[in-house]
Amino acid sequence: MRPGAATTPLVSTELARSLLLVGPLLVYLALFYAYPLLGMLSQSVHQKVWTFAAFAELLNSEVFWRVMAITGRIAVLTTLFCLLLAYPLAFFLARRSRATANLLLILVLIPFWTSILVRTYAWMVLLGRNGIINNALIAFGLIPRPLTMLNTRFAVYVAMVHVLLPFMVLPLYATFSAMDWRLVQAAQGLGARPLAVFRQVLLPLSLPGVSAGCILVFTLAIGFYITPALVGGPSDVMISILISDEVGVLKWPLAAAMAVVLLAVVLALFAAFSRVVRIDKVF
Amino acid sequence: MPGNTRIRPGAILLGIYVVLIFAYLVFPVLVIIPLSFSSGKFLTFPPPGFSLRWYANFFGRGEWTGSAWLSIWVGLSVTVMSVLLGTPAAIALVRGRFPGRRLVLAFILSPVIAPGIIVAIGVYFAYAQFGLVGHPFALVLAHVCLAVPFVVINVSTSLQGVDRRIEQAAQSLGATPWATFRQVTLPLIRPGIFAGAVFAFITSFDELLVALFLSGTTAVTLPRRMWEQIRFDIDPTIAAVSTLLITLTSCLLVGTELLRRRTERARTRPLAELAPTDA
Repeated sequence: MRPGAATTPLVSTELARSLLLVGPLLVYLALFYAYPLLGMLSQSVHQKVWTFAAFAELLNSEVFWRVMAITGRIAVLTTLFCLLLAYPLAFFLARRSRATANLLLILVLIPFWTSILVRTYAWMVLLGRNGIINNALIAFGLIPRPLTMLNTRFAVYVAMVHVLLPFMVLPLYATFSAMDWRLVQAAQGLGARPLAVFRQVLLPLSLPGVSAGCILVFTLAIGFYITPALVGGPSDVMISILISDEVGVLKWPLAAAMAVVLLAVVLALFAAFSRVVRIDKVF
Repeated sequence: MPGNTRIRPGAILLGIYVVLIFAYLVFPVLVIIPLSFSSGKFLTFPPPGFSLRWYANFFGRGEWTGSAWLSIWVGLSVTVMSVLLGTPAAIALVRGRFPGRRLVLAFILSPVIAPGIIVAIGVYFAYAQFGLVGHPFALVLAHVCLAVPFVVINVSTSLQGVDRRIEQAAQSLGATPWATFRQVTLPLIRPGIFAGAVFAFITSFDELLVALFLSGTTAVTLPRRMWEQIRFDIDPTIAAVSTLLITLTSCLLVGTELLRRRTERARTRPLAELAPTDA
């Protein structure tokens, strides 16, 4: 709509009504969410005077770069594992009848809505030194003594993929169910082998879902805190944990600078994501 | 589904793979439940015997029940505020045409995408200056920001499914905008509001990161107490609490789904007659 069009009374009352409806929420979020966040983030460049000292410290901080590398690595591999699990699952669901698919989707959604704390605790119980998996493996005589699984990178991947898998399944399932399956049948009818059907038909058609799911999972993974803090080892410190530690020792400028970096990455990905899919269609 | 009845080895392999993934998704959640009824002090499987001692431990200790009540009250307050703020916003976003609509939507949904730790230390930084740390009110204020996106999304989805012609018909018959909303739109989007309310409640009820910073020592929510307990010692009391939480979440979700189906059936019947080609 052209800005000049707002002069007609009908349009301006509609604009006024929309503002009246959305206004309270915007004011609320501005006061209790945006203002606090901006205030905190501004600590990175301004306490009593303007300074870039915190960012300079960050650039020279070996710990920061190591933690960023760990965070990036964990997020990339988690995304990859999620894709490997979710792609066949979403394909399978899309080939069922609607009723069956909806029923099976509940199985995906119940863990999705179970508290992260509960799910992480479950993995601690399963993977612990005297945990269920170790006890079962020893009972079957498969291993002589307990394996160290908890507080390792392995546990971080197992638990994070478990928490994030639904975020990959849902966009992929949406793409697969909206797909025109006659194209697949046509390719098969014309004699294409399964691998060729996958590479030349299925994969290109599902790419929007793949990219949406990957961006979403990666974005959420780089901000993880609870899961790596509970099941990870001392070398599995992700950026969120580091930020929280800096706040713990009241190093606000440094924590805020790290928050700025993390938020910039997330916002860039979020922008890319909203180009691929409509954001209100995901949840 | 379109004639794919021949069973091929690929399909069998896919089936096995899918079963394994479902096991991976569901098993860890389910395994907690028998452990919570264990008579033993350690989390061995199978449990040595049946007992309700961990539930007694939960209900008998004031600190656990106090935290549970606090979480329930905070969650309910968050739900009410989120519905009151989110529903009108969703209506404006779906029905209204105003500049920057997409940007407004992105801003409203951003608390869900922003890393939890950033929101948590942000509100902590600001709320601490007003002496709000340790006050349940602070938790409500912050949790609404995290919960309101779910109301906006669910109400929007619901509203997009409402045939605009029904509202127009009501208005052309002389109903005021308010009467149209009360008598036509609201009954049709009620399942969306209800689903949004349930998700808002769960979001607040399970929230940990903000609580870690805002709870202080006087407003310790259930997730916050679980967090401290888990780091300290993972005795089966946590399994009992987890089982209670899983039951609560499942009931809420299944209830929402049933309600959605019932109203959807009631709603699509007359509309299907209007548009018979919609297959």
